[in-house]
Formats: sequence, structure tokens, C-alpha cells
Amino acid sequence: MFGLNKKDTSVLIIVAVMVMLAPFLLNPFPSASGLAQFNAGYPDLMQKFVIFGIFAIGFNILFGLTGYLSFGHAAFLGVGSYSCVWMFKLLGYNVLPGILLSIAVSGVFALLIGYVSLRRSGIYFSILTLAFAQMSYALAYSVLSNPKFNLTNGETGLQVYADDPQWFHNPDRLPDLPHLFGLSMRATYKLDLGAWEFQFNAGYYLCAVIMLACFYLAIRIFRSPFGMMLRAVKSNQQRMNYTGLNSRPYTLAAFVISGMYAGLAGGLLSAVDPLAGAERMQWTASGEVVLMTILGGAGTLIGPVLGAGFIKYFENIFSKINDYVLHSWFSFLPDGMEDAVVFLIHPFIGKGWHLTLGILFMLVVIFLPGGLVEGGQRLVNWIRGRKAKSSTAAHETNPAE
Amino acid sequence: MDAILLQILNGLDKGSAYALIALGLTLIFGTLGVVNFAHGALFMIGAFCAVTLQRILNLSFETVDETQTDFLGNPLKVKTPYVEAWFGPDIGGSIVDWAVPLAILFAIPIMIGVGYVMERGLIKHFYKRPHADQILVTFGLAIVLQEVVKYFYGANPIQTPAPDALNGVMNLGAVIGMDIIYPVWRVVYFAFAVLIIGGIFCFLQFTTFGMVVRAGMADRETVGLLGINIDRRFTIMFGIAAAVAGLAGVMYTPINPPNYHMGMDFLVLSFVVVVVGGMGSLPGAVLAGFLLGILESFASTTWATTTLPGINQIIIYLVAIAVLLTRPRGLMGRKGVMED
Repeated sequence: MFGLNKKDTSVLIIVAVMVMLAPFLLNPFPSASGLAQFNAGYPDLMQKFVIFGIFAIGFNILFGLTGYLSFGHAAFLGVGSYSCVWMFKLLGYNVLPGILLSIAVSGVFALLIGYVSLRRSGIYFSILTLAFAQMSYALAYSVLSNPKFNLTNGETGLQVYADDPQWFHNPDRLPDLPHLFGLSMRATYKLDLGAWEFQFNAGYYLCAVIMLACFYLAIRIFRSPFGMMLRAVKSNQQRMNYTGLNSRPYTLAAFVISGMYAGLAGGLLSAVDPLAGAERMQWTASGEVVLMTILGGAGTLIGPVLGAGFIKYFENIFSKINDYVLHSWFSFLPDGMEDAVVFLIHPFIGKGWHLTLGILFMLVVIFLPGGLVEGGQRLVNWIRGRKAKSSTAAHETNPAE
Repeated sequence: MDAILLQILNGLDKGSAYALIALGLTLIFGTLGVVNFAHGALFMIGAFCAVTLQRILNLSFETVDETQTDFLGNPLKVKTPYVEAWFGPDIGGSIVDWAVPLAILFAIPIMIGVGYVMERGLIKHFYKRPHADQILVTFGLAIVLQEVVKYFYGANPIQTPAPDALNGVMNLGAVIGMDIIYPVWRVVYFAFAVLIIGGIFCFLQFTTFGMVVRAGMADRETVGLLGINIDRRFTIMFGIAAAVAGLAGVMYTPINPPNYHMGMDFLVLSFVVVVVGGMGSLPGAVLAGFLLGILESFASTTWATTTLPGINQIIIYLVAIAVLLTRPRGLMGRKGVMED
């Protein structure tokens, strides 16, 4: 189906079903129960899942296939966000032009940066992209926000003001918020079923549909001759060059594609919340997408989406847990032990979430270079009691190498 | 003329920090072939060594002084650091005052220890893995280290003043008949950096140990075949590189109050410095560090920022890009380093 083989089709269908039913699947606990805080089925978080999913899928096309580790992808995310908000400011709140422009602008941006950075490989490439991203961040944060030429609005962040032109905006007919031909991104249908409350948000479904399209495109790229070429770059670029093939156009194309994915993700971030700030371009944000991709499994199809969901979910949930919650969990222990356990866990929760993330990431890089996907495979193999070797070749989502 | 000299001086102290960190990075890269993204974190740990020592020296007990009263008429509680009680107010007071320079002695063993543990415990296992994995695992380590420091010291910058004697300004231009008023501590920092850099170069150049290390950098395998335990020496070099970064951090605390993410801020720039200087070239790293520091300070002058707003924020990156496009190996890069 769709030009995919049977296994890819089933992966795509499973992902599509899960994404479409996410408001149910991510909302397993009744809204009145104490466990309701672990629900992820509210619009804000679900939107983040799919948007960062897109970001990570795009990053994976570059890193997973060619092995070029870019530490500057957040720059494209930021550029996408800014372009989308500019479309809101100039044309009006329809998200379509904003998203299209963010893809186009980030594509051009990626072409420029990629052209320069890809002249070097390995660590030089990582550092060059890092330098470009930091430069873009500095540009957005201070340089381009001077009164003469205010493109980014500096620290405050770019947002829509009442005196912006908004040529095609009609406040009588259209909502005063990002919308798709009149359908507000914030429109949420709430369904009460017994003790559960499920929320269906227009913004989420727009992002979800786009994410599925991106996922489909990524599968096609992975399975195409172009994708093969990119894998060849990863396994041995030198040998490829010796056969008389110029690999640079391929890597550049991969870089631009992944930059456009990042720009699209940035555009969608602005589309669900019309505010773009420079902190989206900071290099820690680039680091985050690297974390997502590695954690999920670089070079696999589903890995980056898993990693993005995993990180965003635990970021939200861990930050919410505090000592009080911990005490209520461990209240079954004797008093002294309860305090000791809470004391031990305390540094890792709440504000300490980054510590947990850092440790987790190190463990994954050290022991499980294939990420969650490899972990899942090992688990399956272990249960089946088969040798890992014979099955990884047959398994659908095996690493690119 | 005064203004130009002042800008050069301004650049030298920032450049010193860049040069010291870049020197450590290059040492690690040249010996072990590892790209250490946690090097900024080592700089930060050094800075917090100074903070820790200052806190230890300021540990004090309270006594009630009947002769003095506060504004409510109650007897005043006076805090006396233990050090002052032990050594008397004069010597004890100056020990507390000189906490930052004293922290050098405190930081060297700690930093060498941290470097040793880091190399033996983690990085050793990554020699055979691709560079991307090395970058990723040290990046993870940097996050962990910085979060641990944040947990213990909080997120706010901590004021760590220099000793009173070195806290003022001095007129550097008096000798040549000009007026160049400049903070003493920054001069001290520059002198300190020159001392450390000179020390490292002499160590590598004039000692047997340094000779073996240089030989190992050129051809690790052959040195190993000659029956020399090169891994052990490289581990020691890692410790020394960590100590250099740490000392740079210790001395930098009076210039910029340390906070937990200062390492990350310096790391990105230090990488740019290393790339501009040429990967694997020690003189290149030092030269590029000072050059970029001076360049940055010239770009921060009012004249430059009014002509091109924000040029000071991006000048280093622009230069790095220009250098890489015209001289891909950097200013003093050697052939065959990181060419794969």
C-alpha cells in the first residue's frame, strides 16, 4: 500500500492508529483519581509529542542515515517559528501560509548552513553546525532585535500585536487565534465517558496528520535509492568517493530535508501557540533533539518518535512529582525508611529532571547504542529465547547499519 | 592609542580563559583522540572548587559580643570564622581573604582526581567507538555534572571576590607614559594563564615524560611497541588537562561569578577556538584563544557596535567560518588529524 512493502505498511498503520487514538490511549486514568496526573492526554502535551516527533524524524534522516551529527538543528526550529509568526503578523491567523513559509525559509537556511558545514565531516561538522546555531541564537536574541531592524523582538519573543497589518484577517468571521480556514487551533471537543474525560483538540489533529505525512515521507526516503546512498555515506564515505561518486549533493540534500522537517516543527510550534522566542534556538535545544533520537534509536524508523514522546512525557511528569507525592507513595514503609527513600529520590525529580535525563542518556549511549528500539528488540529476543543475531536481520525496525 | 591598548588588554583576559580551556581540549584530543564535551564542565567544577574553599574557610561560630549592640539594643552576635580563631585575626583574616588564590592548591588534586576517574571510569571504554558516541557520552556527562553542581549550589551566580589587595585597579600605562587604568585581578589572570601555558609547554618539551607523551601523540602504536605503558601516561595527561581547565575556572571566579552553566557557555566558544587554531595543535589553540579574545573585545567597542549592532556576539563565529572555508585545517593544523 502507498508504495510500501507489507511490513512498512503495517508500521505506518500502527503509528497512524496510535496517533489518531492518542487522546484515549494517553488518558488511561480517570480524571478524579490520584493517578490522573500521569495522564498525558491533554492538548498541550500531545501537541508537543507529535511536533517534537516531526523534529526528531527529520533529525534522524540526517544523523541516522548519513551519520553526520549536527549540533545545530534547533536553529532551523527557531527560524521556522519566527517565519510562521511573521506570517501571522502580516497576513493573518491562518496557519497554512505560516507553515509553508517556515518550511521554505528553513530550507533555504539549511541550504546555506549545510553548504558551508558539509565541507567538513566528523567532529568539524558537529562543531561548525554548533557554531552556526549559536550564531543564529545570538542574532535572534540581540542583533536582529535592534529598534532599526526588529526581526525577532529579542528577549520578549516575537508575537502578534494589535497594530500589525494582518491584511487578510477578518475579525468578524475568523477567530483571533491561529486557525485553519476558521477552525481554531485551540478548539477542543471534550468527551465525558464515565469517570474519564477525553479531549480532542484541533491543533493536535492538524499536527498529527502532518506528522503522519512526515513519517510516511521518511519511510519512503529510508527505502529509496537515495536513502541507500545516504547509508553508504555512513558506512564508508571514502570508498564511495573512490568509486567516482560525489557524495556531497546527497548529504546536502539530506541536510536540507532534515532542516525543513525542523522548520516545519518550528512552524507548528508557533501555529499552536503564536509566540516565538530565541531560546528555541539555543544549543541545549539542539542537544535535546539529539537526545531524543539517540534515546529512541538512531537510524530506526520509529525510534525518534518514541524518543520524542518519552522525553516530553517524562519531562512533564517528572517535573510534577514533588516530595509530597513521594511521601504518599512510600507511606506504606516504616517512617524512617520512608524519609530515607524520599531523600534519595528527591534530587532526581521536580527540578532535578535534567539530572535524570542526563544519567539515562549516558546509560543508553554506554549500554544500548541502539536506543529504546534496540532495548525492545533485545527484550523480545530474550523472551523468545532466540539468538539476537538471527532475528535482527529479519526484524523490521533494525538500525541502519 | 590608549583605547587600542585597553581593548587588547580586555581581550587578553577573556582570551586567557579561551586559551586555557582550548589547550586542555587539544591535549585530550591530541593524546587520547577523544572529543571531550565535558571539558566545559571541568572548567565549571574548578570554579566551584574556589567557591567551596571559600565556604569552608568562612565556616564560623557565633559569639555574643556584650560591648557592641545592634539597633534594638540587644548584644550583637559576632560571627568568627574558625580559621581566624585558630590563627589569630591577622593571619586568619588574610587566609579567608585569599581564598581564591588558595583554591589553586585545593583544586589541583581535586581536578587531577576528577580527570583520572573520568578517564578510567568512562572515556577509556570509548576509544574504539565512533567519535559521535564520544561526543554524546561526554555531552551526557556534562549535563549530569552541571545538574549535580546545580543541586548543591543552586542556580544563582555566587559572588567570589578576589583578595582585597588584588581587587583594585592599577595604571598599567605609567611605564610608557600613558593612562591605562585596568583591574589588577585581570592582569593577574593573564599572568597566571601565561605561566600555566608556559609550564605545560616546558613540561612537554623538556622532560622525559613530556617527550614520551609527544612521541605517543605522533605514533601511539610504536611507542607502545617499545615497551612503554603509553595509556598510563595519557591518563595522567588527561588529569593534567582537567587540572588546567579547573585552574582556569578557579581564577576566573572573581571576574565572573560562577553559576552552574558557565561551563557550557565557555565550551562552545572553546571548541570554535580549537577549530580555528587547528585540531590537535597546541600552539594553535593558544594563539587562536588569544586572537579571538582580542578580536571579540575590539568588536565590543562602542564604535563597532554602533556601526554593526551586535557584531560582538557573532564575530567569533564569523571568523571561525571564514577560517574553516579558507584554511580548512585551521591556523596551525597538522595534516592527517581528524581528516576521516
